Amino acid sequence: MANTMTVPVETTSNFINAKHRRRWLISLIGLIVVAVGLTIATIVYSNPMPLGSNGFWKIAEARVISVVVIAVVALSHSFATVAFHTVTANRIVTPSILGFEALYGLINTAAVFFFGALGATLTRGIVSYFFQVAMMVAFATLLYTWLLGSKFTNVHTMLLVGVVMGAGLASLTTFMQRMLDPNEFDILTARLMGNISNASTEYLPYAVPIVLVVVTWLWLNSRRLDTLSLGSAVSTNLGLNHRTELIKVLIAVSILMAMTTSLVGPMTFLGFLVATMAYSIADTYSHRAIFPISFLLGYVLLTGAYFVLRHIFYAQGAVTIIVELIGGLVFLIVIMRKGRL
Amino acid sequence: MITLENVTKTYAGETTIGPINVQIPSGGITSLVGPNGAGKSTVLTMMGRLMSPDSGRITVGGLDVAQAKSNEVAKTLAILRQENHFVTRLTVRQLIGFGRYPHSRGRLTVEDERHINEALEFLNLTALQDRYLDELSGGQRQRAYVAMVLAQDTEYVFLDEPLNNLDMSHSVQMMRQLRAAADDLGRTVIVVMHDINFASRYSDNILAMNDGQVTHFDTCADTMKSSVLTEIFGTSVRIIDDIDGPLAVYF
Ligand SMILES: Nc1ncnc2c1ncn2[C@@H]1O[C@H](COP(=O)(O)OP(=O)(O)O)[C@@H](O)[C@H]1O
Ligand SMILES: [Mg+2]
Repeated sequence: MANTMTVPVETTSNFINAKHRRRWLISLIGLIVVAVGLTIATIVYSNPMPLGSNGFWKIAEARVISVVVIAVVALSHSFATVAFHTVTANRIVTPSILGFEALYGLINTAAVFFFGALGATLTRGIVSYFFQVAMMVAFATLLYTWLLGSKFTNVHTMLLVGVVMGAGLASLTTFMQRMLDPNEFDILTARLMGNISNASTEYLPYAVPIVLVVVTWLWLNSRRLDTLSLGSAVSTNLGLNHRTELIKVLIAVSILMAMTTSLVGPMTFLGFLVATMAYSIADTYSHRAIFPISFLLGYVLLTGAYFVLRHIFYAQGAVTIIVELIGGLVFLIVIMRKGRL
Repeated sequence: MITLENVTKTYAGETTIGPINVQIPSGGITSLVGPNGAGKSTVLTMMGRLMSPDSGRITVGGLDVAQAKSNEVAKTLAILRQENHFVTRLTVRQLIGFGRYPHSRGRLTVEDERHINEALEFLNLTALQDRYLDELSGGQRQRAYVAMVLAQDTEYVFLDEPLNNLDMSHSVQMMRQLRAAADDLGRTVIVVMHDINFASRYSDNILAMNDGQVTHFDTCADTMKSSVLTEIFGTSVRIIDDIDGPLAVYF
């Protein structure tokens, strides 16, 4: 039977054919162009100071910091979500939905709760920042390895456990916050309720290199992740130690989630939104193709929302809220359309 | 050679599999038969180290599957489970490409592509190689999975009910291909099957399980006896001698 339409391919590609690869490449280039455009626009648009003056650079610098914060948030959420989806072989439940950020909030609150205002000021310092991140990573890895490594491997159970855990951790946090004195409470809320234009930028010097290291590590492990996405049984058959890989990736995911939460607070649906869109644009198993698209989507979405809200609606504080709203809607639509989890 | 020494597995509840002691020689096809729930999948999954036994030791080709490096084991044995489902969309060729992972670590070489092409040809999938798995019939998909484990190029191949979803002619084809894999490629194939006639026609040995125990392990000729089969399947079985060999009749 001669197949006249397609010459049999003799090599195996990430993409089913040249058309798919081209579509991916065009999306990638398009997103890069938009990202660069939005970055420049955000930094220079309607700067009230004359170009090149001292004031101009001050304002530009503040905006550059916002852009860096956005980049860190987008990197963390996109890489963490995609990697998490891969090792759990699901595409619905994300680290945020499973309560990683709620856990970070709880650890922060507990620090203030147990060490008082002293703890609150102490927790501002770099040592305690790393201590809290380490606690978060340790707890998250233990908790979620136990959860995901055992019988809760189907998506329904995971989602249910996530919702219950998220609610449980949040109410425990609220409970401790109620018992704080107003000063401590103020310090704490300032930290936990961050947003893009009012980010905890004092953590930026640590967050940037840490996120870059973790993201690079995930990138270098792309091929391994490709195989892990086939699930525990198949990846074990192919010679990976699934449990070890699960733990390693969960550590990476919890570090990323700690970094972004410490900067701008929780964002429940951002990761889901960008990962879901990236899967449909890239349409391949290859993480080398999915990662950049999901990061750029997150970056474009956040800078876009930031730019529009800041310069057109004068409501830059609402960036996370708007993005969450879109993300939440997409989450519901995806579940409705699939009709299953 | 595959050896199981005092292998046991207890599921939450009270279902206990084993203790199992058996030695399966290298080469040829060994069929695992027995009623539903006898423990065939459990034993195969433990042999393929996808699940660890509660106690006992399993070696495949001299490797202790629990102790040896996972990547070493992956070059020695390949296992296909009964149910397979992936969250990512894969084409047939991409799926088979993953079978090369133990050798290529994800960077396919010319040598890997050759193995992929051979596996495609071996299971008559060349024309379907660029189809997504979810665009295939159940039987075609089943063949793609088998092609993936064959591309892994391991001495031992474990398959859990590969005839699932296959119609009669594709079942025959699949068994001929497995026969060829054993005879021409020198693989040792262990396959879970339901149809005793298929098992006896195409395999060398039959290992029967019942209630979590190995109740019988012998050559096909010595298994295809009315008394033996009646005991294995718990229903009366007659034997008819056909030109192709003995046939079991059980209705
Ligand atoms: N994950 C599990 N949890 C509890 N019981 C199980 C599980 N898997 C299998 N079993 C039980 O173990 C026994 C053997 O199952 P299995 O090995 O799948 O049998 P077979 O493949 O021969 O049909 C059955 O009674 C089954 O109900
Ligand atoms: Mg079974």
